[in-house]
Amino acid sequence: MTRPIAIMLTINAEPVTAMVESRLSLADFLRHQLRLTGTHVGCETGSCGACLVMQDGRVIHGCLTLAVQADGSAIQTIEGLSESGAIADLQAAFHERNALQCGFCTPGVLMTAQELLQLEGVPSREEIRDALSGNYCRCTGYQAIVDSIETTAQRRAVGEAEQPA
Amino acid sequence: MNKPLSRVDRPNSYIGKSLPRPNAKRLLAGRGRFVDDIQLPRMLHAAFARSPYAHARIVSIDVSAARAAPGVRRVVVGSDIAKLCMPWTGTLRHFKDMKSPPQSPLAIDTVVWAGQPVVAVLADSRAQAEDAVELIAINYEERDVVVGIDAALAPGATLVHDALGDNLAFQTTIENGAVATAFNDAAAVVEVDLRFGRHTPVTLEPRTLIADFEPGERALTVHHSTQTPYQFQDIYARHFGLDESRVRVIAPDIGGSFGMKLHVYPEDMAVVALSIIAERPVKYVADRGESFLNDIHLRDHRVRAKLALTQDGRFAGMRVQDDTAIGAFSAYPRTSAVEGNQVVRLMGAPYQLTNYRADLRVIFQNLPQTSQYRGVGHPIACAATERLVDLAAKKLGLDPFEIRRRNYVTDEMYPHTTATGYRFERLSLDQCLSKLHALMDYPALRAEQAQLREQGIHRGIGIATYVEITNPSPAFYGVGGAHISAQDGCVLKVTPSGDVQCAISVTEQGQGTETIIGQIVADQLGVDRERVRVLTGDTETTPHGGATWACRGAGIGGETALQATRKLRSNILEIAGAILQSRPDTLELADGKLIERETGTVRMNLGELAALVYFRSDTLPPDLKADLTVAQHFAPKGFPFAFTNGIHGSLVEVDVETGFIKLLKHWVVEDCGRIINPMLVDEQIRGGVVQGLGAALFEECLYNDAGQLMNGSMADYLVPMAGEIPDIVIAHVETPTLDTELGAKGCGEAGTSAASGAVLNAVNDALGPLQVQISQIPMTPQRILRALGTVQ
Amino acid sequence: MKAGDVAYFRAQSVSDAVAAFRSCEGDARYLAGGQSLLAAMNLRLLTPDLLIDIAHIDALRGIERRGGEIRIGALTRHAEILSSPIIASHVPLLAAAAPWVAHPAIRNKGTIGGSIAFADPASEFPAVALALNARIELDNGDSVRFVEAQDFFLDLYETAAEPGEILSAVWFPVATPDQRCTFDELARRRGDYAIVGVAIVADFSGEIVDRIRIVFFSVGSTPVRALRAEAALTGTALVDTDIELAQQALAGDLSPSDDVQVSAATRMHLASVLLRRQLGKLPVPTPKAVRA
Ligand SMILES: Cc1cc2nc3c(=O)[nH]c(=O)nc-3n(C[C@H](O)[C@H](O)[C@H](O)COP(=O)(O)OP(=O)(O)OC[C@H]3O[C@@H](n4cnc5c(N)ncnc54)[C@H](O)[C@@H]3O)c2cc1C
Ligand code: FES
Ligand code: FES
Repeated sequence: MTRPIAIMLTINAEPVTAMVESRLSLADFLRHQLRLTGTHVGCETGSCGACLVMQDGRVIHGCLTLAVQADGSAIQTIEGLSESGAIADLQAAFHERNALQCGFCTPGVLMTAQELLQLEGVPSREEIRDALSGNYCRCTGYQAIVDSIETTAQRRAVGEAEQPA
Repeated sequence: MNKPLSRVDRPNSYIGKSLPRPNAKRLLAGRGRFVDDIQLPRMLHAAFARSPYAHARIVSIDVSAARAAPGVRRVVVGSDIAKLCMPWTGTLRHFKDMKSPPQSPLAIDTVVWAGQPVVAVLADSRAQAEDAVELIAINYEERDVVVGIDAALAPGATLVHDALGDNLAFQTTIENGAVATAFNDAAAVVEVDLRFGRHTPVTLEPRTLIADFEPGERALTVHHSTQTPYQFQDIYARHFGLDESRVRVIAPDIGGSFGMKLHVYPEDMAVVALSIIAERPVKYVADRGESFLNDIHLRDHRVRAKLALTQDGRFAGMRVQDDTAIGAFSAYPRTSAVEGNQVVRLMGAPYQLTNYRADLRVIFQNLPQTSQYRGVGHPIACAATERLVDLAAKKLGLDPFEIRRRNYVTDEMYPHTTATGYRFERLSLDQCLSKLHALMDYPALRAEQAQLREQGIHRGIGIATYVEITNPSPAFYGVGGAHISAQDGCVLKVTPSGDVQCAISVTEQGQGTETIIGQIVADQLGVDRERVRVLTGDTETTPHGGATWACRGAGIGGETALQATRKLRSNILEIAGAILQSRPDTLELADGKLIERETGTVRMNLGELAALVYFRSDTLPPDLKADLTVAQHFAPKGFPFAFTNGIHGSLVEVDVETGFIKLLKHWVVEDCGRIINPMLVDEQIRGGVVQGLGAALFEECLYNDAGQLMNGSMADYLVPMAGEIPDIVIAHVETPTLDTELGAKGCGEAGTSAASGAVLNAVNDALGPLQVQISQIPMTPQRILRALGTVQ
Repeated sequence: MKAGDVAYFRAQSVSDAVAAFRSCEGDARYLAGGQSLLAAMNLRLLTPDLLIDIAHIDALRGIERRGGEIRIGALTRHAEILSSPIIASHVPLLAAAAPWVAHPAIRNKGTIGGSIAFADPASEFPAVALALNARIELDNGDSVRFVEAQDFFLDLYETAAEPGEILSAVWFPVATPDQRCTFDELARRRGDYAIVGVAIVADFSGEIVDRIRIVFFSVGSTPVRALRAEAALTGTALVDTDIELAQQALAGDLSPSDDVQVSAATRMHLASVLLRRQLGKLPVPTPKAVRA
């Protein structure tokens, strides 16, 4: 067995140091070592999007990143995004519209949505569906998810327009 | 019609309102608690060595290297576990002469499908357990493999189980009326020979469990990603010889189930056995590859059917042959015969049809077991029937809407018994048909279709009617000897501050069970919904019941909650009467307050009443029965099933050069009786539709002749994603059942039941002008091109 | 499934990485975005002994113009290619291909170097590299050499890179004003690997095709140039009859094989439809536009 490696990184704005096996995925590290169980695992091959987290501001697959690769980077998980309030509007839109059933896909879907919403302008439904191409949801049929993201985009656009220049 | 349940203008009238789900907030914040999120002290992780062959004799097993591998605590073979676990057999008494051999957690002498677990390893981590699995050496002697339906039935076929004598698990014939005469006298006959691809549920959360055996009390706790905890409590107790009272099954948040998480899997039983052996908690999470190999599969059917027609476009008779291949074992405890059985009983069901004969053959093969999944048989019966109906319309030059209208069971015919013996209390077939016609703007779609065809664009419009079995009584399983409950239980209690806790046996997998139960309780009691907390999914804290299967949460669970609430309300009014020196019938409970019925004057809060009952019982009349906890059980009586109905419409575009199909739009008009929460019903329908669309276009487990799965990953087994799915428009008709006060029926499977049939009809409508048809789902580009004769 | 045991080394420079590669006795692999490698390791299809993380080597980054070429550093992520204005204006074929590669999160991590080095015959970028005959820059820690794309893709997952050589950059020729390109693929779902795809780049003199390169992917063990179809089209104005001849010629260019989902015949047919459609979409310069 190879020896564990020490890593230092920021997770949800808190510094974390840990010893990890080099084969350990970031998703398993978050879930089982740090007990941040909001990041889920559905396939371990990059196909389902349940494991999405943000690394240095970009959405990536926790299953296709090793914990050792994340050394020195800043990770945001669903717990962090929730607690900072960054996606409160998105979460509220999902809640009102019931854009989740079992909720297993939801943290990953919210990551994709948040990254999409950071781009300029209000995305079309087509663009929203396209952005979700790597997020598998077996329960909802996607429409409510698309609706909620669209609603949030519109609300954010209005909110920004209303901000004094 | 049922009388209205509550005054709509009351503060707490929640039935019929689109309220969001309180428990969804937790999930949105990443605070769900799924089984794999649980870590217990000293927990070990299981991994399995699996058969690489679909059929082989196990010659020898060498686990010495695995035992010595780092982190490994136990390596266990089939015979070790067989001592602990009574084998199970997937037959039911009401399927006469059905056979399936007893099954054990780990294969002992022979393996009968590729992926069957043979050896289990327990280690400190899952990765270490998998490392050790690679060190296990198993010698196999390969045997002939039987995969195809025809091959399995051929004389002298390779046998999956030598002891059974043949590969036929079950067969049955249903006959009613004068079928031969109907066909002899027919003005025309149409026929289909349809193939349905074997597919699999692909819940996003895989099967997961943690078994935790405590040897002191011989107590077993299983944290289990299941929809039916009570069923597993019974099974674990019986098969491991434990006291049922000491077996606790907890189903926390469940990441999708759809019928997949109510069957007994060899790994589940092995994990319980391993925990008993190791006397430590043991976790097993099926990885995605294992899910494709061993989650139940379904819908592997070939349906040949004929419909006899009269000159004026009426259905004179139907003949059906359904052959279904179910894998190597019939599933336990529900069997693998139910899907076929439902196909042959549901064919033609929405139509006036007395002359009917169906033959069903349920066949073993060297593949994983098939069994119940969302829609069980309905999508197949629906697609086959509706394909026949469209062919009949074409043959007779009738519009698809018109031929259906002509042949539906009509409003005066209720209660109606079908040719196969199903009884309909009341359906709304005609109403749904008319509503769909308007919703789709059918004439405009047809006009657009004609216009686009001139430009070489091939659009197709398809519709499909369904009826659906919901609220099942014990006629489903109980009569066959299965320990599967058709009833549910509810315990309601008022806390000292006047909150309400409701422990109920129906379970939540995201469909909104807890929400609608909360709505019913709050509505019927007269309290704010926020003050009702619903608890589900724990055999130790909730009463015994059927939980979640076959569309029963709202219909049966909801009625249970309703009756419990009425009982509690009557107790509260009784107590209030004694405290307030008033007649109970002059009082009412509204918004958590006891008020005078006539004047609305507030007399006291529910919390004040509860505090008196709990803390100052000395102030109450000595003979007052001050029960603020009630228990209620309810099982459907009356009709054996509450049938629902509805109709789907599909608009597709077929690229006839590439064979690619684009789904443009999908419509559903459905009638699930009383709607408790319209938004949740709509989302159940949408989710269900998409599973049906997956079956229509994408999903299929592809096996080669050696019984090897060729596409067992999420990259290769295609499930529909957001980009492949159109918006889905939904409308409702409400025909409550009179069998219950609540009047609700089920809606969870209606989306799946008819979606694939509607798309099949739509694609064939698009291909019609090219004089070809497609008779197989999923309709892949290659199959379309083959149907068109473009490629071989 | 969990990946097998593996050692990890984070390299700070190319020579660092190559040294680690050379001193590893077992199977060493460079780790770039990990979007192919880690997926394969999680299935235990690959069980390397050592991962050499090259993602922190600054020399492997950057998109810049160097004379008549655009040099794209190996670590450039798919998402950067998608959003780069330089690529959009100078390597439009690559920009056209990028949205077809996988899903957003994979594009955030996967690198062009990884994609080309991995040489998946179903991948978009190798096909684009071949269509533009990009130059592949290979660095062995001591020296750098270049291999043209047409000599780089040898077989299934097999390239002209020597063991231990790092693919350090890909050099694409800057598109000329008379050049037109088009890219399309047929995939069952958005973001899936294609059943068949095509990248076309053509140089025009007025309306006449001077030179055309047509590359199909997902039709064999490497991206495949359709040389006969190219020949059929060179010197033509791409009228329907020319295109038909090219479609006929395609049978001699491609020899796809059957797989579980799609037969060789279906692939061949789809390739032919795609060729016709894409040639039809190739924005042929009007004489006026050429003058301007
Ligand atoms: C679900 C899913 C869908 C995908 N869909 C597509 C798709 O549609 N089209 C597509 O093209 N790709 C697709 N990919 C693959 C993705 O584009 C990968 O990012 C890419 O193929 C590899 O790049 P990487 O940087 O991740 O390489 P890695 O995974 O890190 O490495 C891949 C291989 O290349 C070697 N390597 C990497 N970089 C170098 C280098 N600089 N020098 C030498 N060797 C190197 C590695 O040693 C390894 O053997 C998909 C991946 C997934 C998981
Ligand atoms: S678990 Fe990472 S994409 Fe599925
Ligand atoms: S809500 Fe269950 S998978 Fe999306």
